[in-house]
Amino acid sequence: MTYIAKPRLHHPSLVKNKAGYTRRDYEGAVSTLCAGCGHDSISAAIIQASYELDVLPHQIAKLSGIGCSSKAPTYFLGASHGFNTVHGRMPSVMTGANLANKNLVYMGVSGDGDSASIGLGQFAHIMRRGINMTYIVMNNGVYGLTKGQFSATADKGSISKKGVANSDEPIDLVSLAILMGATFVGRSFSGDKHQLVPLIKAAMAHKGAAFLDVISPCVAFNNHPGSTKSYDYVREHNEALNRIDFIESREEITASYDPGTLTTVRQHDGSLLRLRKLGEDYDPSDKVAAMKRVQEGMQEGEVVTGLLYVDPSPKDLHHHLNTVDAALNTLGDAELCPGPEALDRINASLR
Amino acid sequence: MKPTDIANPDYFHKVVDCQWACPAHTPVPEYIRLIAHGRYSDAYMINWKSNVFPGILGRTCDRPCEPACRRSRVEDENLVKGKKEPVAICRLKRVAADYKDDDDINTKMPKAAAKNGKRVACIGGGPASLTVARDLAVIGYEIVIYDQDPKLGGFIRTQIPHFRLPESVIDEEVGYIIGIGNIEFRHQRVDSMKAVLAEGYDAVFVGSGAPRGRDLDVPGRKEAAANIHIGLDWLSSVSFGHITKVGRRVIVLGGGNTAMDCCRTARRLGGEDVKVIVRSGFEEMKASPWEKEDAMGEDIPILNMLVPKEVTHKNGKITGVTFEKVKAEYDAKGRRTLVPSGEPDQHHECDDVLVAIGQENAFPWIEKDSGIEFDKWGLPKLNEKTFGSSHPKVFFGGDAAFGPKNIIWAAAHGHDAAISIHKMLIGENPEQRPAPGVNVASQKMGIHEWSYDNAPTIDHRFKVPHRAKKEALKDIMAEVELGFDPALAVKEAQRCLNCDVQTVFTGKLCIECDACVDICPMDCITFTDNGEEKELRTRLVAPAMNPTQDLYIGNDLKTGRVMVKDEDVCLHCGLCAERCPTGAWDMRKYYMEMTQAEHACRKQ
Repeated sequence: MTYIAKPRLHHPSLVKNKAGYTRRDYEGAVSTLCAGCGHDSISAAIIQASYELDVLPHQIAKLSGIGCSSKAPTYFLGASHGFNTVHGRMPSVMTGANLANKNLVYMGVSGDGDSASIGLGQFAHIMRRGINMTYIVMNNGVYGLTKGQFSATADKGSISKKGVANSDEPIDLVSLAILMGATFVGRSFSGDKHQLVPLIKAAMAHKGAAFLDVISPCVAFNNHPGSTKSYDYVREHNEALNRIDFIESREEITASYDPGTLTTVRQHDGSLLRLRKLGEDYDPSDKVAAMKRVQEGMQEGEVVTGLLYVDPSPKDLHHHLNTVDAALNTLGDAELCPGPEALDRINASLR
Repeated sequence: MKPTDIANPDYFHKVVDCQWACPAHTPVPEYIRLIAHGRYSDAYMINWKSNVFPGILGRTCDRPCEPACRRSRVEDENLVKGKKEPVAICRLKRVAADYKDDDDINTKMPKAAAKNGKRVACIGGGPASLTVARDLAVIGYEIVIYDQDPKLGGFIRTQIPHFRLPESVIDEEVGYIIGIGNIEFRHQRVDSMKAVLAEGYDAVFVGSGAPRGRDLDVPGRKEAAANIHIGLDWLSSVSFGHITKVGRRVIVLGGGNTAMDCCRTARRLGGEDVKVIVRSGFEEMKASPWEKEDAMGEDIPILNMLVPKEVTHKNGKITGVTFEKVKAEYDAKGRRTLVPSGEPDQHHECDDVLVAIGQENAFPWIEKDSGIEFDKWGLPKLNEKTFGSSHPKVFFGGDAAFGPKNIIWAAAHGHDAAISIHKMLIGENPEQRPAPGVNVASQKMGIHEWSYDNAPTIDHRFKVPHRAKKEALKDIMAEVELGFDPALAVKEAQRCLNCDVQTVFTGKLCIECDACVDICPMDCITFTDNGEEKELRTRLVAPAMNPTQDLYIGNDLKTGRVMVKDEDVCLHCGLCAERCPTGAWDMRKYYMEMTQAEHACRKQ
């Protein structure tokens, strides 16, 4: 950990966003994670994305489970709502929070242990329910807090710091999320903010279940030769399919671009997601093709990154349940307890 | 861009803005830390070695270090109410002088080495000559200093009013130099350079200053001469007690520091209605901003854009001065000319006029055939590196060399001239200047512990306490500034960013995890593809808009990118090093000391 707080002094060019805050206003306490932890970079990317989206800090709720990754919300968005929940049970708490107040921006922060081991069941269900959220897994393939045992996302054959090879098959959270019905699924790398920040922004703007698997090297226990989640390994095997260049609303379509270099996804609300192609032609709106490409990548030993799947017309839990427009927590006694006449009417309709 | 060569001593020296800006290159952050630790004597000795007159400079220095101070570029406007201020470097120096342990200092002062048989004459007893004397006496030279005034100090003693600089401070610091030994003071005006040379000195150093005050040339000047005084001469007469009063209404002409000293002195000698009247605009005045502030604080208005036209007089007695109101016009090249504004002339009544419109060099005592050449401005032709004149044995320094500057420049010139004299007399080439002594040491004490206080404070600059105005104006000997007390000094010292504790990057160790980029409060660090400097400056995490500050380029990264650090606004807080998992960043103290005559012949 670090002893001094990050000084309040800042670069003279630091500017306020439309919400009236500087990027520094979206920071949290100074990190107590190990120096060099990928999670800190993801925290910095979340700070940058929130700043660029002009979100009001008090309109974000960050929820996490247990683990190094789940400590991270302390280190960003210090002025937002936070809930450090039970191990693997963050999805339940987030579902409840989202049902009560759908007007907040929900951000779930979890790790490979929290989501792929103890919380695998909850993970699957929150995806299929379509909670409007951004679910980020800081994925390092090891249990850092207990000194580096393999986690459920560690690749088969990956060598531990002690020198032992992993013999279990890995759980691929990206494949699982697509399969379970998440409507925005991406993978990125903590060491590539150019790719990560726009992905987080797009995920936060997405009106449905958005999932990001972010490979985040554990410098203390999983950054050695033989590891498949080290800085060097991920950089060597990173197969970035695309990079989100920008998101445009309907009103302001201004940029021109060379044909063939961008893939455009028109979303339900009319906004356009511009994806810069980095290699092959890839259409992220084709769910079956997305699953195939991700699986192929695993076979080839590639770390496939970018926006892998997006449903341009997502539906969320509130849509499925047909709730009222107002957030439930804003309803008063009159709406919640409409009186004996209303009860009589309901009873009558059931007779 | 090419990777930064941090082995070049200039690179990190430049990062220490204050030290780089100081003509004598005093290791400022080091002595400020020592003051914070209460080690005043050690802080004093660092200063003494470098600038020779810490107590004097701590009250009177022109402080080129302060405008350079990084603090004034990084303070948060909202926290300091829009006024970003440098560390009070100059006044902290005074703290070292005020609170040092005098007995301890006496034991630390060097003593003259055994005589080496060589004799050097210093002409003029001001700061430049005293510096030469000190640097050469400690290595065995016999020094003779000539001055027309009964005590050493030169302009320090005669021009600076005692309410700004008590005479006891001058006596003390001149005493330290004389105390070294082998220095003889001759109270004797030098009228002939040839005569001095004829005495067989091995070298002669001319530190005779710029002693001639420029005079006013307008109608009425002669008629009212009894009440028109040249500021420089008037101040020195006040200093020696020859003048003890002045008229009730005084006009001071000129906008430099001498004008400020004149007007404030006049306020103490009976001047009740004292005003400063300058030709230029207020902002362009040569006086230091703080001296203008102090003058105005003593109820002295500064009227500007007024050119004296005529001195009015009646029955041989001055009645006032008439001024023409002007305005500034700038030509295509940005050069300023003052043209009449068309407004009616102004007449200001007065009983005395003090003329402080500039000073000049004058060498009537150096014979034309003495072998010393002068340029068309009347300044000696000098080698800018060695300060040597066209006469092989004669060197110049201080105001005598390149015209009026100030004390800290005189000390710097003195050091350089002493090196030249020593090198010449031991048969080395004075053109080859000695490299500075540099010591670089990691400040890491533990995993997260540094040997310096790395947390920057957000305090605004602390004000030096002043004596109450009523009391100060009553007594010309009463020092106005009271100096920081130790408690205030600690607080002010904490504002120093420790710019000499450098961020040193080793690319081979870096795993490019971005931890330093993420933690840097000033967004100084970027990992990116290399490029040309101009273009590179625009695509960093935060743009590097100050081209006078270097970009630190680190290479040897696995991805082939480069690490780019904008030195401009770095707080030296060490968080990059603290968050670095591999030690690719380290905080290393860079202590640089200029080499003086004592070690000038060491191998380069």
